Amino acid sequence: MEDIRFTPGLLPSGAESLRAEVRAFIAEHLKGYPGVKRAKSWAGADPEFSQKMGAQGWIGMTWPKQYGGHERSFLDRYVVLEEMLAAGAPVAAHWVADRQSGPLLLRFGTEEQRQKILPAITRGESYFCIGMSEPNSGSDLASIRTKATKTDGGWLINGSKIWTSKAHMAHYMIALVRTQPQDVKDRHAGMSQFLIDMKATPGITVRPIRNMAGEQFFNEVFFEDAEVPDDALIGTEGNGWGQVTTELAFERSGPERYLSSYQLLFELVRALETDPSPADAAGIGRLAAHMSTLRQMSISIATMLEAGETPNLAAALVKELGVDYEQDMPNRAHEIRGVSPRMGGDGYEQVMAYMTMAARSFSLRGGTREIMRGIIARGLGLR
Amino acid sequence: MTGTSEMANILAETAGRLLEDHVTREVLGAAEEGTWPEELWRVLEENGLTQPLAPEARGGMGATFADAFVIAFAAGRKRAPVPLVETMAAGWLLGMAGIDVPSGPLALIDGSDGLDFSDGVLSGTAEGVPWASRAGHLVAEVDGTVLLIPSDAATISPDVNMAGDGRDTVTFAKAEPAASGLLPAKGSVSVSRLLGAVMRAAQMAGAMEWAVALTVSHVCDREQFGRPLAKFQAIQQMLSRAAARAAQARSAAETAFLALDRAGDDLANAEWDIAAAKVVAGEAADIVYDAAHQSHGAIGFTYEHELHFTTRRLWAWRGEFGAETYWAEEIGRRVLARGAENMWPDLTERQKG
Repeated sequence: MEDIRFTPGLLPSGAESLRAEVRAFIAEHLKGYPGVKRAKSWAGADPEFSQKMGAQGWIGMTWPKQYGGHERSFLDRYVVLEEMLAAGAPVAAHWVADRQSGPLLLRFGTEEQRQKILPAITRGESYFCIGMSEPNSGSDLASIRTKATKTDGGWLINGSKIWTSKAHMAHYMIALVRTQPQDVKDRHAGMSQFLIDMKATPGITVRPIRNMAGEQFFNEVFFEDAEVPDDALIGTEGNGWGQVTTELAFERSGPERYLSSYQLLFELVRALETDPSPADAAGIGRLAAHMSTLRQMSISIATMLEAGETPNLAAALVKELGVDYEQDMPNRAHEIRGVSPRMGGDGYEQVMAYMTMAARSFSLRGGTREIMRGIIARGLGLR
Repeated sequence: MTGTSEMANILAETAGRLLEDHVTREVLGAAEEGTWPEELWRVLEENGLTQPLAPEARGGMGATFADAFVIAFAAGRKRAPVPLVETMAAGWLLGMAGIDVPSGPLALIDGSDGLDFSDGVLSGTAEGVPWASRAGHLVAEVDGTVLLIPSDAATISPDVNMAGDGRDTVTFAKAEPAASGLLPAKGSVSVSRLLGAVMRAAQMAGAMEWAVALTVSHVCDREQFGRPLAKFQAIQQMLSRAAARAAQARSAAETAFLALDRAGDDLANAEWDIAAAKVVAGEAADIVYDAAHQSHGAIGFTYEHELHFTTRRLWAWRGEFGAETYWAEEIGRRVLARGAENMWPDLTERQKG
């Protein structure tokens, strides 16, 4: 059983002056931005907003300057992320690139890939999507079938990816594909990651999939003899599983795993603040207690990242706790102030309606609740 | 941070070893039958673990709350059937009020509801006072005044909580304190309740860590259908959830102890973190209690098995020094009074370095 510790940490005082800058930026650029749009949180995309953030130096903050980064600490980055999330800023366009694709290229990419790709990400101009899930491979990611076949000077990709958020607006996908047939004895062997130019590669079709909240956010992506050059390979051929595990750790470690439904808490407090009953106060207090302790744990993870640690188990724990909290928010809100929310109702009703539907995805994206608990179980020594 | 200083290392090692040696199944069973664990208390006191928080000049060790966390956590982990954390908290209160700390166990009275201190005498009734009948002195805080009262100045009617730990009813009829003194500051919530709550939160975190570890070990050993229970996904899922909640409770309790050190003279500055710690510990207790017992099956429901010595205390502690609803209402009222616009800025302000 691994020792699971979250050393309580405080953000350094420098982080607080950055916080003031971020708040001023948000106040200026998101004035009058409606609650129901803020509720989309890190699923709300606005390329113009991303470019403005890039101009502030708030994308690729921890990356080396030679690639357009700013060599700032993980704690500074943490402050920018949480302020954007608390404000419900439309950060989706660059979110994946900043969170995992860029760091993956920094870790495993070629020098040429880094020089070509990373600076545009930091400017908020280059967006990424995640090519992992397939129609027959959800939680069982190792069962993917999309394959890359070697040609002279490149690779031919055939197959499809699904639930690909923002594939329609992404410039690149980092795709996990088979470069060797599946080996029943070693399910994690024979996979590789490719950097796929979504705009310039022939043979790619993006089909939008409407979600239950009526949004067109995720897609199915088809590859039919889509040819990519040799230098599209990321890292080492056959090392895809190891690399994707690293990528998923980036994906799971941030404050977005407990702040996605903050806007509903905000609207709920606003609806109750003039005349709260003791039961209202107790209901809000429970949610506030969780938010407060989850933030502390989240800061603790940022502190571990800053110290060069790879807190994969701790990140899985916070995702488990955070998703439990943020997904339960509509139910808690319903218990405190139950309504059948109208789509044209007040701020609380609109956000409640959206969040009740959107929250279903929280325990699916980035690894299902069951997969996360499986990771924790391994840490406990149960498997 | 907690548990990282040299002092904390020594305290953790000493507390862990003494409690491991002296809180045996026999001692736990006997304590429940009314036998005071004399030897356990003696070694704790001799090693200075009962008064880490009182200043040296008043008979304590002058440790920080961050250092003392490890003792409270260990007390919960080993479910010591003595008022160790209550005595620690009472010693801090006495020290802050400029009162010399007497030796022996101290009974900490939760809040001052039902008590009246006027004209230098204390009257009224306090219920559920931990081990009042075993303590030489009772410690109460009434409206910012700390009172040290000899037990023989009160009428004590013994009672126990569901774990068999002493929770007595104490009646004062114009009792004269042996000493009294003013706290430097007083917040909106009773300081004795705040201290009791933060101690319970740390004990609960310790108890939950132990319960999860014991359960992990059980499901790895116990086989059904030809394989260890640990291999069943239903078991893995249940225990993962419990372990996550236990880790959250520990993080929250450590954060609250650190907040006490930062709060300075006015403990009200730590109220938020203490309240949050007690709320999440209470909610986690339900989940850990369920997972531990469900995984153990019928053997865990027997008196013979040691699980219940921890889980019954866990449940009892949930309700002591303010249950979840009490503390949730405290902080919920604050959030609502400040309004939605201030909720996030207030949170970041509270947790800044």
